[in-house]
Amino acid sequence: MSTLETRPNIPEPDDFYQALIEAHRGLSDEQSMALNARLVLLLSNHIGDPQVLLEALRLAREDARA
Amino acid sequence: MHRRGVRRNPQLAESVPVNLRYFRPLCLRRLRSLSRGIDPVTDKDLFAYRKAPELAAAAHGHYPVIVVGAGPVGLTAALDLAQRGIPFMLVDEDQRLSAGSRAICFAKRTLEILDRLGCGEQAVNKGVVWNKGKVFLGEDLLYSFDLLPEPGHKRPAFINLQQYYLEAFMIERLRSLGADLRWRNKVVEVKPAADSVAVAIDTPDGRYRARCQYLIVADGARSPVRHLLGLQSRGQVFRDRFLIADVFMEADFPIERWFWFDPPFHPGRSVLLHRQADNVWRIDFQLGWDADPEIEKQPAQVTPRIRAMLGPERPFELVWVSVYTFQCRRMDRFRHGRVLFAGDAAHQVSPFGARGANSGMQDADNLVWKLGLVLSGGAPDALLESYERERVPAADENILYSTRSTDFITPKSTVSRAFRDATLWLARNHAFARRLVNSGRLSTPSAYLDSPLNTVDGDAFAGSLAPGAPALDAPLLADGKSVWLIDRLGGGFTGVYFAGAEPVSPAAATSLSSLAGLPVPVSPLIVAARGVTPGPDACGDVEGLVQQRLDATPGAFYLFRPDQHLAARWRRLDAPAVGAALERATDNASASGASA
Repeated sequence: MSTLETRPNIPEPDDFYQALIEAHRGLSDEQSMALNARLVLLLSNHIGDPQVLLEALRLAREDARA
Repeated sequence: MHRRGVRRNPQLAESVPVNLRYFRPLCLRRLRSLSRGIDPVTDKDLFAYRKAPELAAAAHGHYPVIVVGAGPVGLTAALDLAQRGIPFMLVDEDQRLSAGSRAICFAKRTLEILDRLGCGEQAVNKGVVWNKGKVFLGEDLLYSFDLLPEPGHKRPAFINLQQYYLEAFMIERLRSLGADLRWRNKVVEVKPAADSVAVAIDTPDGRYRARCQYLIVADGARSPVRHLLGLQSRGQVFRDRFLIADVFMEADFPIERWFWFDPPFHPGRSVLLHRQADNVWRIDFQLGWDADPEIEKQPAQVTPRIRAMLGPERPFELVWVSVYTFQCRRMDRFRHGRVLFAGDAAHQVSPFGARGANSGMQDADNLVWKLGLVLSGGAPDALLESYERERVPAADENILYSTRSTDFITPKSTVSRAFRDATLWLARNHAFARRLVNSGRLSTPSAYLDSPLNTVDGDAFAGSLAPGAPALDAPLLADGKSVWLIDRLGGGFTGVYFAGAEPVSPAAATSLSSLAGLPVPVSPLIVAARGVTPGPDACGDVEGLVQQRLDATPGAFYLFRPDQHLAARWRRLDAPAVGAALERATDNASASGASA
């Protein structure tokens, strides 16, 4: 069991960010939502650790309804 | 009529199927009739109405127990009461079997309960044993599963059997035991009091009143008695509708549970296909919330759906059709003084996972031995608290699993739908996503691990058995005959003593013989290790599976409850410890002030 990494961990952040936006290029909102869903599932399985996943869900939801 | 002769001897019912009439494949006409709850061949026998003796002032109308509802749960309770010799009457407002196949998947644990009640053999003989399932997406197989039957168990993981057959077998058995079954008796008033419950019952011959010490309410999801008492079952309704059809056809499809997401013959929705007895197949079509149930039930509407699924070549006949909306809900409490709720009346789940009838019958299995002890003075009324303490968590577990399945099959929001579709999309190529696909997680028995009746292990044991869990089965040899451990447990408390390779020591023999003299008697079952010739009072662990599944070492002792759940276990037999565990398992410990 480990904790969620929130310190910088992506070597080339700008490259990653660009790739993320690129992945959605030309997609409708609905298609993008589908892509995001697949991405979340793929990455979640890669992480696997329930403690990390629950912590990420909690952080992501923080102030979501503000 | 010779068929009466078959039923006359109750002992016969213990070992051979009584109702031979059901054991030939039935014709379509009779199946259609059965699906309306009416079997012209047997109904005169099964549902004979007679005027209540109270109406002729021939009975005082006072019963230890009244059971309301003759579905699988009420019938389970009634059979258990009958076998225990507890006087009761069973009332049902109707006079027919289950309309349509309804509950069809009966799990291993339920079959073990039916065995204890003398109906297991009939159910398994008539039912269809299955272990495998497939999940399809579109035209492609996503994955298949095998419940991998482990050898050395009497009963399979599941059988499929139409509910009307099961009910017919149970009613036959009740009749053979001379039970007081009252059809067309509708409870119209319930007045609980401190020392009894008063009911008023309407019949074709008028109204009568009766009293009971305990009222078992198993009158189904709509539970008229629950309404009479102003009680509620709370939860959620799923905004979806499902068409359920029983189809008669000769098909050589494998005996497997087949579930489709988005099949070409029913795009964008799900379909389930499952085989039952007598070439009847259950097909569920997801219809969506906007479907009109009255229109969807019409054969002109149903037939093309099935034709699209089965192809133009295959002949089939519709036997029964219904449209359902699913709910997951339960009552806050299952026990209201002397009124005890069981089955769908107490808790309701969606059908994906076969958790409705199975869990309801386990409610009855849990309740009746406790009632028996309380009524005979062997335990205080407080023992009935444990019914709720054990079966409410079981209901919550079933509701949790079935809610998760229904959320997957019927996503409630746009984003929920997006994740569901993403899961299915990924499942085509990635093993991890197949594990997320949920077309129903199938019923497993509840283990009452947090029950106040358990004695916490003082010694270490390996394996999946734990105090509160149902017994694991294993083959035994008794008097040169092959028998099953599960059939040697239950009814009363049973103490399994694993003798190992040595003869039972004089000290152990003294302890074992003292068990019958406890306030609540415990029957000993001595098991000799594999390879050892068992003594005259012992069974042989022929395949070594008792040792393995119970993690038994020579001298180990296991106290099983009347419902075959484990109450306590030790590495060494110690009679005072057994006595204390028994007090705990019957809730006599606090009553006698032992905990003070």
